[in-house]
Amino acid sequence: MILNRRAFLAAGAASLALPAVVNAQETPGVTATEIRIGSTMPFSGPASAYGVIGRSHEAFFRALNAQGGIAGRKINFIAYDDGYSPPKTVEQTRRLVEQDRVAFLFNTLGTPTNSAIVRYVNQRRVPHLFLSTGADKWGNYQDTPWTIGWQPSYRTEAQIYMKHLLAERPNAKLGLLYQNDDFGKDYVIGVRDILGPKFDSQVRAVTYEVTDATVDSQIVSLQAWGADSLMTAAVPKFAAQTIRRVFDMGWRPIHYLSNVSISVGTVMEPAGPEKGTGIITSAYLKDPTDTAWDNDAGMNEWRAFMRQNIPNGDMKDASYVFAYGVVHSLMQVLRQCDGNFARDNVMRQAANLKDLEVAALLPGIKVNTSPTNFHPIKQMQLQRWTGSTWARFGGIIEGANV
Amino acid sequence: MDGLAHQIIAGIATGGIYASVALALVMIYQATHHINFAQGEMATLSTFIAWYLVTEGVPYWLAFFATIGISFVIGALIERILLRPVQNAPPLTHVGVFIGLLLIIGNATGWIFGYTTKVFPTPFVSDRPLMGGLVSAHELGTTAVTLVVLMLIFVFFRYTKLGLGMRAAAYNPRSARLVGINVGMMLALGWGLAAAVGAIAGMMVAPVVFLDPTMMLGILLYAFAGALLGGIDNPGGAVLGGFAVGVLENLAGAYVVGTELKLTVALIIIISVLLVRPAGLFGRVVLSRV
Repeated sequence: MILNRRAFLAAGAASLALPAVVNAQETPGVTATEIRIGSTMPFSGPASAYGVIGRSHEAFFRALNAQGGIAGRKINFIAYDDGYSPPKTVEQTRRLVEQDRVAFLFNTLGTPTNSAIVRYVNQRRVPHLFLSTGADKWGNYQDTPWTIGWQPSYRTEAQIYMKHLLAERPNAKLGLLYQNDDFGKDYVIGVRDILGPKFDSQVRAVTYEVTDATVDSQIVSLQAWGADSLMTAAVPKFAAQTIRRVFDMGWRPIHYLSNVSISVGTVMEPAGPEKGTGIITSAYLKDPTDTAWDNDAGMNEWRAFMRQNIPNGDMKDASYVFAYGVVHSLMQVLRQCDGNFARDNVMRQAANLKDLEVAALLPGIKVNTSPTNFHPIKQMQLQRWTGSTWARFGGIIEGANV
Repeated sequence: MDGLAHQIIAGIATGGIYASVALALVMIYQATHHINFAQGEMATLSTFIAWYLVTEGVPYWLAFFATIGISFVIGALIERILLRPVQNAPPLTHVGVFIGLLLIIGNATGWIFGYTTKVFPTPFVSDRPLMGGLVSAHELGTTAVTLVVLMLIFVFFRYTKLGLGMRAAAYNPRSARLVGINVGMMLALGWGLAAAVGAIAGMMVAPVVFLDPTMMLGILLYAFAGALLGGIDNPGGAVLGGFAVGVLENLAGAYVVGTELKLTVALIIIISVLLVRPAGLFGRVVLSRV
C-alpha cells in the first residue's frame, strides 16, 4: 500500500472532521422537556416602541406552554434587551449562544443590531430566523446560510413601486431621494432591478445624510431635473419634511413613500395630512385600525389572543400584528421539524415553507422559502393616502425574481 | 437657471437655521471663551420644555418667554454646579465635561420625552406659499428673530456695563477680578444667556426640521462652520457665516461635489478657516500679552 501525501492529508482531514459530525448531531438548547429560543429586542432606548414585539412573543409562548407546548416540549423564550445598540446586541447574543445555549435565535430586531451579529451566528452555525428588519441582505443564502429574514425587503418594495410606476407611465422620469446607508441603497438596487439599463436615463438619484438639517436642496434638484415621479426612502423626520416641501413648492409628482415612514402620528400629521394626499406606499400586514378586518377570521383570532394574553396592549399598534404573523411562521417551522430540533434541521425546515398562509398577512400574500429563496415574503399591496387614512387599492403585486 | 435661483433661496432659508444656532455659539464664546459642544443638546432640551408647555395649553408667546427664562436658569446652574469645580483645569478637562454634558442631556431628553418626531408650532403663519414654496412664513420670521437677537447681543456687549464686564471676565479673568468685576457671577450669567439664545434658536429651528432629541446633531456642525467662517467673536459675522454656509452647502451639493459630500463641505470650511484665517472673515485678530 502506497501512502502518498495526498491520501495522508485526506485521512487527516477526515479525522479532524469527525468531531464536527458528532457536534451536528447534538441538539444544543433542546432537552426532552424544553426548547430554548433566544432573541434580542429593544426594550429600552430609541427604538423601544418595537419592544412590544418581544413582549408579544413572550405572551405567545406562555400561552403555548399552558396548552402543552410543541412535540412534548415547553418553549423557553429568552429575550434580552439590547437597547438597539449593536455592541450590546453582540454581548447579549454571545450570552444566549454560549451561556444559555439556545437552540436558535428568533426575530432579533433591527438592521444595525443584526448586522453586528450576523457573522458570529453564521460562524457558530446557529439558526438566525425571521429577523425583524427589512434589509435585503438577510436573503443572502449563499454567504449567510444560517440567517433568514421575514418581511418584504426594501429592495422588494422598490421593485413593486417601480412595477406600478411603469404600468402607469412607461416613460416616467423618477426622482429617487434616499438615505445614504444600507436602508436607502436597497431602494436604488430595487429600482435598478426593474429598469436595468434604462436606469441612467430614467432615474435621478440624490442622497441625504441623517445629519442634514433639511432635504430642500435635494428636492429642488429633482424638480429642476424634470422628474414626474418621486420615490422617497427616508426615515420619518425627513419623510415628513419631504411631503411638506414638495407640496409647498406646488410640485405634484406621483409620490412613492417607503413604508418605514407611513405612521400617521409621526409622518402624515406632522407633514400636514392634506399635503400628503395621493401618496402611494405598500402594505403586507392587516392594519388593526382598518375596519375592513372587523369581521375577519384571522384578525378575530389575533384579537382573542390579545384579549386573553396581553389585555393591556394597544390594539391599534401594528407591531403586535407583525409579531403574531412572524411567530406563526415560526410555529409552522417547528411543526415541520417533526420532533427533530437539531440546528441543521431547523434551518432546513425554515427554508422549506410552501405557500404558508398567515392570519396577520393581507389575503393573497403567502410565505414561501426554499434553499435558494431566503426572502419569505415577496408580495405586497399598494395603498394610497386619502388625506386622513391609508386606503388599499389594486391587487397583490409580487417583487421581481432576481 | 431656475434651479440655481431655487438652490440659492433654499440655501438662504436653511442658512437662517445655521445662523440662529451660530449666534448661540458666539454668545457662549464671548462670555466664557469656550466652545460648548453640548450647546445643541441644551437647545433641544429647551425646545422640548417649550413643546411641553404649548401642548399643556400655554399660549405660544408665553411659553416662548417662559422657556427662555427656564433655559437661562438651567444654563447658570450648569456653570455653577459642573464647571465651577474645574474652572482652573486644563482645556481638555473642559472638553471632557462638555462631551459628558452632551451625552447626559441628549439621552435624558430622549428618556423623558421619547424619540418619536414631534410637531412644534410656529407663530408665523401665511395663507399662501412664498417665493414658489421655497420659503415659508416661518423661515422669514426666523430670520427676523435672528436679526433681533443679533441686535440685542451687539448692543449688550458693546454698550452695557454688564456686557463689557462679561467680555473682560472671559478675556482676562485675573485683570477683570482686580478691577472689581465679579468673574464668577459673569461666567454664570454668560452661561445663562448662551442657554437662552440657544433656546430661541431651538424654538426657531424645530418647526422646520421637526422636533426630536437628535434635532441639533447635524445642525450644530454646520452652525459651527458658519460661526468660524464669520468669526467666532463677531455676532454679525457669525450670522452672515451661517447664511453663507447654507448657500454654499446647497450649491456644492447640487452642482459640484454631489449630495453625498454635503457634510464634507462644512468640515472643509471649518478646517480651511482654522488654517488660513483662524479669526474668521470678520473677526479681529487678538494679540494677548502674557
